[in-house]
Amino acid sequence: MTHVLDPDALSADARAATPPVDPYSDVTRSDAAFRAFLHGLPGVDQVGAESRVAVLGTRSIKTTAKAWAIDTAISMVDLTTLEGADTPGKVRSLAAKAKHPDPGDATVPHVAAVCVYGDLAGIAKEALAGTDIHIAAVATAFPSGRASREVKIADVRDAVSNGADEIDMVIDRGAFLAGRYLDVYEEIVAVKEACGEAHLKVILETGELVTLDNVRRASWLAMLAGGDFIKTSTGKIQPAATLPVCLVMLEAVRDFRAATGKQVGVKPAGGIRTTKDAMKHLVLVNETAGPDWLTPDWFRLGASSLLNDLLLQRQKLRTGHYSGPDYVTVD
Amino acid sequence: MTSPFQYAPAPESRSIVDIAPSYGLFIDGEFVDGTGEAFKSVNPATEEVLTEVSAGSAADVDRAVAAARRTFTRTWGPMRPADRGKYLFRIARLLQERAREFAVLESLDNGKPIRESRDVDIPLAAAHFFYHAGWADKLDHAGLGPNPRPLGVAGQVIPWNFPLLMLAWKVAPALATGNTVVLKPAETTPLSALLFAEICQQADLPPGVVNIVPGAGDTGRAVVEHGDVDKVAFTGSTEVGKQIARAVAGTRKKLTLELGGKAANIVFDDAPIDQAVEGIVQGIFFNQGHVCCAGSRLLVQENIHDEVIASLQRRIGTLRVGDPLDKNTDIGAINSADQLARIRELSDYGVAEGAQRWQPACDLPERGFWFPPTVFTDVSPAHRIAREEVFGPVLSVLTFRTPDEAVAKANNTTYGLSAGIWTEKGSRILKIANQLRAGVVWANTFNKFDPTSPFGGYKQSGYGREGGRHGLAAYLKGAEK
Repeated sequence: MTHVLDPDALSADARAATPPVDPYSDVTRSDAAFRAFLHGLPGVDQVGAESRVAVLGTRSIKTTAKAWAIDTAISMVDLTTLEGADTPGKVRSLAAKAKHPDPGDATVPHVAAVCVYGDLAGIAKEALAGTDIHIAAVATAFPSGRASREVKIADVRDAVSNGADEIDMVIDRGAFLAGRYLDVYEEIVAVKEACGEAHLKVILETGELVTLDNVRRASWLAMLAGGDFIKTSTGKIQPAATLPVCLVMLEAVRDFRAATGKQVGVKPAGGIRTTKDAMKHLVLVNETAGPDWLTPDWFRLGASSLLNDLLLQRQKLRTGHYSGPDYVTVD
Repeated sequence: MTSPFQYAPAPESRSIVDIAPSYGLFIDGEFVDGTGEAFKSVNPATEEVLTEVSAGSAADVDRAVAAARRTFTRTWGPMRPADRGKYLFRIARLLQERAREFAVLESLDNGKPIRESRDVDIPLAAAHFFYHAGWADKLDHAGLGPNPRPLGVAGQVIPWNFPLLMLAWKVAPALATGNTVVLKPAETTPLSALLFAEICQQADLPPGVVNIVPGAGDTGRAVVEHGDVDKVAFTGSTEVGKQIARAVAGTRKKLTLELGGKAANIVFDDAPIDQAVEGIVQGIFFNQGHVCCAGSRLLVQENIHDEVIASLQRRIGTLRVGDPLDKNTDIGAINSADQLARIRELSDYGVAEGAQRWQPACDLPERGFWFPPTVFTDVSPAHRIAREEVFGPVLSVLTFRTPDEAVAKANNTTYGLSAGIWTEKGSRILKIANQLRAGVVWANTFNKFDPTSPFGGYKQSGYGREGGRHGLAAYLKGAEK
């Protein structure tokens, strides 16, 4: 798709299907205008961002605060299996764990969602019937995003018709890095439309965007295109969810709400394995975007192995003793 | 709004430090009673009396200087430089080993948050000893002349804002260059210096190399004016600095002064805003603003003024003010009732002058000395709060439209210790930095310290440099800067 520099040369029906929210309704009128807007966002100083998260990482979370944070983190987990070897049995097992993360302790909250490939969304839906646990499916030629738009849209429709109520899409990083921002934007708009009622999480794959300036631009791009969540990574690329990246995305959703009134969620995914990591993310949310984001509606942790560490730490808080890996369930 | 995420109190244990009911002086390697009037050291966060310390009288100072002279002549001066270096390395390692003890004591005596004493003050103090230990046997190669030699006895007077760190800034270079020391810590914060005296004993430092004489102004005057002192080094207020300069004028003593500041923190409209806001916070609220190089004048480009102020206010709202020993505290107590009174006076003056005062909603403890983080907007360069050093958590915000105006306003001060520049444009950083009359200019950061980097001011911020290769020159005969 080519874009023209003169916005007036653009025919009305060639413009975006869903115009972005005010006061930014005109920034996508042309490639040039959109680039000017995204590059006009405040820059991010990498050293400064890293030192900020280092300071927040020294917050001491213990006793009642830790108990609250562990339960909150559990309720924010998108329990994920995204392997070529996934089977219906594996998904059912994961769904059972999502409902009762610790079979021996009914006070443990259930997780936010189960995240699977689109073809397994139906299995997850069946297994989670009667609960309010969401079914998230990755789509749009996950994880590379390298397919034609028709294929991506079909992928989304398929996942939604299989029962997914949350779609995790990947952006076209090639187009983004080539500076074809409007292409990326229009694809998100089209996917959002194909989602229907389902919530859209836009995966930026920040490990491939590399700079924090790019992370901020991609965040704004995804929010303007109507994404309900912005998500760091597929989990297939390293580095995945890092604290500086999460900081910049939280600043972006905070600024976006201040500018438009519209709240967007954040989901770091990939590489968050320990309770300590999860605590650091919650501190970041609390002190960057603010307490409004401290619910599963607005913050998720995309993880598979994190949950067991949270459960072990929870058992430790309750009993005063550390138990072993056999005191929590394997998926 | 209140957050559902309430960080539970995480107090550092006090039990790691033993505070004796009373302290004396440290002279010639021994703890001795002072003959001056004893004074109390209080915890500014609770007003609890921590201990009683005897002040050094003129006679005590005389004894201390005599001990320092004797050791300089007989032991420390003639010692092989490499051996002096070994003592300094040993002190540095002991500071690291006992870091937690020092951090707790420093926070108790000074009121600063444990996060800062633990993560900044103590590690930096150790770093200064490590850095200068390395120089001890390499002074011939420091580029300061062919044959640099120690001056003799250094009389040093340090302030209360970074008690142990300022001690390290003074003692480490003096010892590395072969001088001996008589040091007077501040009246409100003598305890970490007395614990440092224990470190000197533990390191088997020859008696008399380091002598510590607590006390108030009179004790300091006795140190500075003592006839057998070869070098005077002072960090503190400009007012006292001027008195010292007068007292030393006409004598053979060498003098370095690190005095007040009213630093400009300049934020251009292309700055990384979120990091700039962090830098503004770090610049003025670090150590409760008790920092001579604090970025107390924010110069923000007019077209982003409202955006920056809104971000700043939101950020300040997240600062946690309270118990300095709580690991989650960002802002601790004001060091003394006197200092609190001065901050209040200047802050009220700002309101009377017509500036807009803003403070976040925060609960301050009932006992102790507290002042909330404060921002003044609509400040004019003619206001007292834009000219005088507050030495507290009070920020004055001014605006500018062009780079030239920013430089003119930044330089329009009687001080010149530090400055900050925030912009994404590297060429602008270099150009503006060259035009600013300040000893340290930080770019896209603020209040960062390192022993390898010289520190010192222009104009009424004093003269001489501390740290780095330049700092050595102040303690050497025949040194060429």
